[in-house]
Amino acid sequence: MSVSEQELGEFRAEVSAWMEVNNPGDPGFLLPQTFMEVGDERQLEFLREWQHKVWSAGYLGMAWPKEYGGGGVDPAFQAVADAEMRRHNVPICFNVIGLGWAGPLINDIGTEAEKARYLKGILNAEDVWCQGFSEPDHGSDLGSAQTRAVRDGDEYVINGQKIWTTMGNFAKYMILLARTNPEAERKYDGLSFFLSPMDAPGIDTRPIRKITGEYGFTETFFTDARIPADCLMGEEGQGWRIAMQTLQYERGAEAGAAGGLAMVRVTVDDMINDLQGIQRDGEPVLQDPIVRDQLVQAIMEEKALALGDRRAQISHLTSDYPGSLPLSHKLRFTEMTRRMRQLAISLQGAEGGLYVGDATARQGGFWQRAYFNSFSATIGGGTSQVQANIVAEHILGLPK
Amino acid sequence: MLMDVATEFCRNKSPIAVVRDNLENGPGYDESVWQEIIGLGWSGIALPESCGGAGLGLGALVPVVEAMGKTMLTTPLISTAIAGQLLQRAGGSGCEPVLADIAAGAAATVAWLEGGDWGDTRVATQIDANGTLSGRKRLVTDAEAAQFIIAPAMRAGERVLAIVRAEQLSQDAITPNTLIDQTRRSADVDLTGVVVAPEHIVSGPAVENALRDARLVGALLIAGEAVGTGSACLATIVEYLKTRKQFGKLIGSYQALKHPTVDILLQVDSSRSLVYHAATLVQGGVLDKDAEVACRMAKAMATETLCYAGDRAVQFHGGMGFTYECDAQLYIRRAQWSQQQFGDARHHRKVLASLLLD
Repeated sequence: MSVSEQELGEFRAEVSAWMEVNNPGDPGFLLPQTFMEVGDERQLEFLREWQHKVWSAGYLGMAWPKEYGGGGVDPAFQAVADAEMRRHNVPICFNVIGLGWAGPLINDIGTEAEKARYLKGILNAEDVWCQGFSEPDHGSDLGSAQTRAVRDGDEYVINGQKIWTTMGNFAKYMILLARTNPEAERKYDGLSFFLSPMDAPGIDTRPIRKITGEYGFTETFFTDARIPADCLMGEEGQGWRIAMQTLQYERGAEAGAAGGLAMVRVTVDDMINDLQGIQRDGEPVLQDPIVRDQLVQAIMEEKALALGDRRAQISHLTSDYPGSLPLSHKLRFTEMTRRMRQLAISLQGAEGGLYVGDATARQGGFWQRAYFNSFSATIGGGTSQVQANIVAEHILGLPK
Repeated sequence: MLMDVATEFCRNKSPIAVVRDNLENGPGYDESVWQEIIGLGWSGIALPESCGGAGLGLGALVPVVEAMGKTMLTTPLISTAIAGQLLQRAGGSGCEPVLADIAAGAAATVAWLEGGDWGDTRVATQIDANGTLSGRKRLVTDAEAAQFIIAPAMRAGERVLAIVRAEQLSQDAITPNTLIDQTRRSADVDLTGVVVAPEHIVSGPAVENALRDARLVGALLIAGEAVGTGSACLATIVEYLKTRKQFGKLIGSYQALKHPTVDILLQVDSSRSLVYHAATLVQGGVLDKDAEVACRMAKAMATETLCYAGDRAVQFHGGMGFTYECDAQLYIRRAQWSQQQFGDARHHRKVLASLLLD
């Protein structure tokens, strides 16, 4: 790293001071915990304004090129800014598909024209991006995507359907995985990758009402939708490889992502704080021996996960099954999150039955909503069951 | 790396056939292997250089016991290491020659229990003004192999440590236990009538903390060993799932077996993270709260993991798993023994609850 600890320390103090002053605090309605929970215009506009503010202050896209709206500095600065955002518990930078998937991809393999057209709008939150990978019949099996793209002169004609399009109804652009060659020998080789406008005639979105009662995803229908041929990224047939490349940016600013918080982290400590004042069998719930045992188990699980992330960085401490910690991270993290949130509800007593909208619901129904939303992570991006298969086959070498 | 050396050594010295040869006979280990371990300096690895040790601390011992756990290699090493920790932490002039003997290869053990409750630290064994002991200790690990038995005892209401030499015990003072884990040895020890020389009675303000901390170290070492055994158990399961066919398919392709096997991997990974973390926090001085929390978490998770792994190992081997011939029995038996040593998971979680929630 070319940046000194002193520089980073000074920068940390600067960001911290800025967050202190500019943290918007509680807007009076429940904010999304992740970018998959932006359900209405009020939340969208709040988050758009926040991201714009963070970018204007110079704390987003810090390592992206200056000429495209970035800061042009070492990614270590962005990592510091991200850590400060987390520490100050500020809202998320919601344009996650742009900041963490499409943007870094365009930075890496895009043409100059693509960089000039797309990058700044991603950072300043003017252009919301969505992702069109999953299809109704192929949830966790992306390689089997059937949405068709047929070249016709200067255009591609798209037909098919995508599902679980996060913010599909708000998005200006989509990263789209579609099949250009249904005859390809390997199904993966028939896929191509597009940076598609969402306002082309023939593209329609229909919001999906989630288990929470809220919105955040859409179905996206393509009916003879015509998009310019230069929306194709790379060459025809490279779609699978490019789609896989987008996944590596999840590792953060050092890997090329723009930065900003993608999700609000909720810890077991937060849950324990929220249990203060709840009675169980006439005693504080935190004095119940069975509850205490369950809380300790949750703390241990959370601790082991955090320690595992650190151990994963030290190769000689992972010699038994190299790669198992990073590959199982999603499975462990999302399953822990889901269980912890259900535990929180179960410990609320009769009030655990109240929901968002009830004026007396604990924390406004935060845990109830968070529990339901946690399934988006145990199902989306490959269900936990598929994740377990992947770990079994790739790490343990068990047969398919 | 020490871990590589230890892993290689244990693999060479303790193939499963050798483990099985030692199950039902004799001391439970090969004396020549124990002598080699002494030669490698592992029995004094965590002791300070001032008493003949290597001064590498407990962080160096954890990879050794993990490697031993992985191959089910048992010697008096863990008992001896814990006894060394207790004496070193208790201090006192009488400890130094004994510690030097331990560092030079003398086996030792601590007589922790009088009943069956690891959570009860009270001591009924008495030592009178003449140094005469009266009392009976239970489930003393490696009691027959030990040249020194460190026995907590009450002297005029104060807890002290009596260092008893093996030759002070009459032959009928030691009653070997029949253990569920046949790779282990322990015995009940009747100390009544043994006269301990004044220089072999350790007293003073450091004794209480030394007892507490040596127990935590014991919990950590058993946890480290359990991580190794859990990992080996997982490897045994995986090997069977990759080779055994039923209904025309390798049984490892069935998700009903595949997913619990992944659960074992994730739990072994979590346990290992907790154990290594604890190993970095356990230092020579009085253990702080972070170290205590880490040791208790490591023990609580590692032996529960091993219990789960051993249980599934038997089940997933089907009819074979029900036989003595199948190696799954080694793991399920080790699991039942290890879970109790230095307190079971519930005991540690109960203490953790006070440390973390109050």
